[in-house]
Amino acid sequence: MSAQEAALAATQEHHTSTGLDNTKMAMWAFLGSECLFFGSLITTYLLYRSKVLPDSGPVPSEIYDIPYTSVSSFVLLMSSLTMVLALSCVQRGDVRGMRIWLLATALLGVTFVGGQIFEFTDFVEEGLTLGSSPAGSAFFVLTGFHGAHVSVGILMLLSLVGMSMSDKLQPGAARKVELIGLYWHFVDIVWVVIFTVVYLIPLE
Amino acid sequence: MSQQVEAGEQEELHSHPEPKQYINIAIILALVTAGEVAIYYVPALRALLVPILLVLAVVKFVLVASWFMHLRFDSKIFRRFFVMGVLLAMTVFAVVLLYFFTHGGPAPVAT
Repeated sequence: MSAQEAALAATQEHHTSTGLDNTKMAMWAFLGSECLFFGSLITTYLLYRSKVLPDSGPVPSEIYDIPYTSVSSFVLLMSSLTMVLALSCVQRGDVRGMRIWLLATALLGVTFVGGQIFEFTDFVEEGLTLGSSPAGSAFFVLTGFHGAHVSVGILMLLSLVGMSMSDKLQPGAARKVELIGLYWHFVDIVWVVIFTVVYLIPLE
Repeated sequence: MSQQVEAGEQEELHSHPEPKQYINIAIILALVTAGEVAIYYVPALRALLVPILLVLAVVKFVLVASWFMHLRFDSKIFRRFFVMGVLLAMTVFAVVLLYFFTHGGPAPVAT
């Protein structure tokens, strides 16, 4: 293979039997498996959310601050908007716009995680810890794993920005942004479920 | 082949919504979230709170998945992957719930 042919091959996507991009297919398969992961954690929380030992701290639902968590939810929802706007920019070839929206998404993500850390600190002061009760364990494991996913998403967004600065994002920049966007939106819809099921639905 | 790929990407680009549509969806999502929180504080709706909240959560879930994640516009294969994951998660929930109902519930509270 000549150098010219090798260079051409490196810029072309591989033909697949489905006609679809394999990396995107892999991302959707991963997100499907993540549904099962978070489904299990949410199920565990629902089963244990009222289980506290006597004098071992409060039931989580007694100390939720709904207005505060509502603002956090709003922040994460709006980060999905900034993420699609970043994708829209890169698809139109507007790299500067993409960077701005990616940074905005990362900033909103940091705000959400910061809010979650503040909430966790508050709950620990109230006596609800990872080891205080089955309810506390289920709550912190579920929301903690979600927060970890958001944190990983922030790192990926910042990596995209860094790559775009050093021109390592091309070729296939739109595909890379789209894949990380899919992950980010998934984290958002998991929070949609957590916000309703964990925070808003009352303990009977 | 590269022309085919480029044509495919162009087709995908044109099938995706415009920024204005994304903003409209975000406004709907914000309003639905505000509605959820408002309903939470209405004592008269206490009896219907759970079904209303679940419906609103499903609305938000579907809006994000179909518009922001482009499931509405992309290949059906992606949709199947995702829906399969969601259905499996719901099956796990149903099986665990059934098990605990038939076996007396989760670990009892120590007294």
